[in-house]
Amino acid sequence: MARIVVDPLTRIEGHLRIEAQVEGGVISDAWSSGTMFRGLELVVRNRDPREAWYWLQRICSVCTVVHALASVRAVEDALQIEVPDNARLVRNLIASAQLVQDHVVHFYHLQALDWVDVASALKADPVKTAQIANSLSDWAKSGSSHFRAVQTTVRTLVESGQLSVFANGYWGHPAYRLPPEVNLLAVSHYLDALEFQRDYIRIHAALGGKNPHLQTFLVGGMSTAMDPDSPQAPLNPERLQLLRTLIEMGRQFVRQVYVPDVLAVAGFYPDWFTRGEGVGNFLSYGDFPDKSMHDPSAFFFPAGVVRKRDISAVQPFSPEKVTEYVARSWYEYGDNKPAKHPFEGETKPTYTGPTPPYDYLNVDQKYSWLKAPRYENEVMELGPLARFVVAYAAGKQPAKGLVDTVLAQIKQPPAVLFSTLGRIAARALEAQLVADKMPDWLHQLEDNLGRRELTMHNGARWDPDSWPSSCRGFGWHEAPRGSLGHWVEIENGAIRNYQVVAPTTWNGGPRDAMGQRGPYEAALIKHPIADPDKPLELLRTIHSFDPCLACAVQVVDARGRRWQPVEAT
Amino acid sequence: MAAVLGLPAGAAAQVAATLEKKRRPVLVWLELQDCAGNTESMLRSSHPSITELVLSFFSWEYHETIMAAAGKQANAVLDRVVHEDAGKYLAIVEGSIPTGNPGYCTIGGRSALDIAKQVCGNAAAVIAVGSCAFDGGPQRSAPNPTGAISVGEAVPNLNLVNMGGCPHNPANTAALLVYWLTYGRMPALDAHKRPLFAYGHIIHDQCERRANFDAGRFVERWDDDGARRGYCLYKMGCKGPQGTFNCPVVRWNDGTSWPVESGHGCAACASYRFWDTALPLYQRLPGVPGFGVDITAGKIGGWMTAGVATGLALHGIASAARSQMRPRGEAPRGGPTEIGRGSGLVEREGPPEKS
Repeated sequence: MARIVVDPLTRIEGHLRIEAQVEGGVISDAWSSGTMFRGLELVVRNRDPREAWYWLQRICSVCTVVHALASVRAVEDALQIEVPDNARLVRNLIASAQLVQDHVVHFYHLQALDWVDVASALKADPVKTAQIANSLSDWAKSGSSHFRAVQTTVRTLVESGQLSVFANGYWGHPAYRLPPEVNLLAVSHYLDALEFQRDYIRIHAALGGKNPHLQTFLVGGMSTAMDPDSPQAPLNPERLQLLRTLIEMGRQFVRQVYVPDVLAVAGFYPDWFTRGEGVGNFLSYGDFPDKSMHDPSAFFFPAGVVRKRDISAVQPFSPEKVTEYVARSWYEYGDNKPAKHPFEGETKPTYTGPTPPYDYLNVDQKYSWLKAPRYENEVMELGPLARFVVAYAAGKQPAKGLVDTVLAQIKQPPAVLFSTLGRIAARALEAQLVADKMPDWLHQLEDNLGRRELTMHNGARWDPDSWPSSCRGFGWHEAPRGSLGHWVEIENGAIRNYQVVAPTTWNGGPRDAMGQRGPYEAALIKHPIADPDKPLELLRTIHSFDPCLACAVQVVDARGRRWQPVEAT
Repeated sequence: MAAVLGLPAGAAAQVAATLEKKRRPVLVWLELQDCAGNTESMLRSSHPSITELVLSFFSWEYHETIMAAAGKQANAVLDRVVHEDAGKYLAIVEGSIPTGNPGYCTIGGRSALDIAKQVCGNAAAVIAVGSCAFDGGPQRSAPNPTGAISVGEAVPNLNLVNMGGCPHNPANTAALLVYWLTYGRMPALDAHKRPLFAYGHIIHDQCERRANFDAGRFVERWDDDGARRGYCLYKMGCKGPQGTFNCPVVRWNDGTSWPVESGHGCAACASYRFWDTALPLYQRLPGVPGFGVDITAGKIGGWMTAGVATGLALHGIASAARSQMRPRGEAPRGGPTEIGRGSGLVEREGPPEKS
């Protein structure tokens, strides 16, 4: 029996530590620990709620934007502000560009090296790689001379003896199964994706001034005033043309590179369609409004809950059923209640872990900076797979049709979704779904511009003198990694309390008072580990969740208010 | 590249020649109490691209967000660099360092402070990227729940360069890296150890909307006609007049835009402890405390005749006169201000770090 420790668990956002027990070459138990704490919600207290988004966007930057969006929505909910249609569209475009770019970066730069052996690419025949590439898609950079140049880049690196970011990887591990030609193809697309992520995200600069950390959000709308006749307007015909070009670039990359690569790589690892399932319960708050945030029936991503893999039934999501446990987290509840609804929550960070430097956590006691959110006391998985499962169960198009098409293509039943590869494939298909939807939102914006329907901000409640003396609001967003919730309490024009519950808190959290494992922990059980010194298999499943630890570790300090339930569609 | 740095003609050839040398310097990138914003920003680099930086210019050996190795293999890389390349490698640090409890940030079971002391202490030079590493960042603001401090405070007496900004602009950091590769030293720095080439000029002086300020044309409320015509955002809380940065010139994401062009005021995010001194975000400066070190009498006359509100103009003249009494490159001084908790001129607030 051996205890594996992976810390730092790299190629994620933030600081994650996994400890796992291995018996007979198989993981028998696992513990997920977030090892960094900042406490930004405490910092925003007593400040102007109109600038909360600016502070809280800094919770995370791998998924920049998402906290800004959830924050302005929370304050708008508290102050009962409806944003203009143009602001809805700009926000949808910003959020969707984030999702597409984030998913691409996740696959190529955070996840791929678990499946792709860079060293093996040296043995590839570039001509054969070109044949494979051309059989998969029409992507332009698929000639043998291109792949030969990529191979030369890798060879130069290896022969220099300085492997840079590839130093000390698990190269040659028996779990790598791609032929050299496919490894070369993947390395080539790793480099292409580095260029793509930089160029594509200019959408954010055009709509947000810069990326990361956009700067055009306003409570009540956006700062990107538009005018068809003013070149000085932040949004004008030239800017929309730039957006059109970039949105098309995104569609092309997702359809010609990302999705074909995921399906091609998956074909070499069929056993990973039956491994890494996790808890089998899925939750989505819903988002990407076609109308108002108050009309969930018009969400592109529907809200809902699916339990125990039962895709014959989707249940409505009711936010009041969320609670958070701190039994195994480095926090205390003053009244010793095991769990609290977030709006009744309190948080006192109390580190009781071992004094650094340490070798092992006391996993029988408290062991993480993440809390353990539960829905009706059940563990839930959030993220692209959860959104697909909810949409599939609800019969929502075009998501259901896309899944059915791909399942038919790979000749597999829907059950393969509940796996490590299912999670990775869902992310890729979601990128395609969203990239294909973006031209529609842009077209609506162009249409409004053409008809001189130019309103971008609702300023009726901008002046704090127009606010009630106290109010509370809930704002949410389906971020790349799953459902994100912000709760704000405003008193006398300032923030009294603020709370964030992020998707990785759900997915990466520790056990609760009942001893139920979090989704990461549950997903690792029964994983074969060929070499405990090189736990590549463990990385595959943890990475399939796309961990974002900076988001997940947040202080809760708010007090009671009944949530308005969000109806499932 | 040479143009960004303002280097003389012929320097480009020297840059190119240096970059062709075979041995690649080793670089490690630490992420402590961070949001990975500076990592993400670095990935957006174009000249050189991140691929060139990582694979050709440096051996970019440790960087948790992008490195292949994990766990003990990752820790072994860092350990090897610290011991085998001591005194030769470059360390980039992102994120603040908590002092309230070592358990607030641990990596591989070690505290952030322990790691920073070892890795920065053995580096040839240290680059602190982003607000958090530069000055402690937003988590340092009241009540500073974790006792967060900057790299310069946590590990004194470093050969340190601060690249403020939230995040840092990759064009500037790429330029800095190439400068270091080429000349084997760091460029001229200001009192906060920021390169003058990027942080030497007031934002307001470089802003494309400056003519509107001079002419008294302001956005009066969000989404008004002025907003659609690109008028000055000063009245909406823009802090461009109090911060220094080359944001309006270099811009972001391959020159696509910057916050003011997209209709939102500047937050002076590259300034020392801007979280405490430049915010609230939407509160306008009570007066524009100075137009930087380069202002001329001609320009002052220009905007007086252009009809800027009298009080504003008078205050500006007084500040400008004060600023002219100080050497070029030194931060301007401000008049009385009422904004924010700390209030006052960002560039004046922070004590210069010990060198």
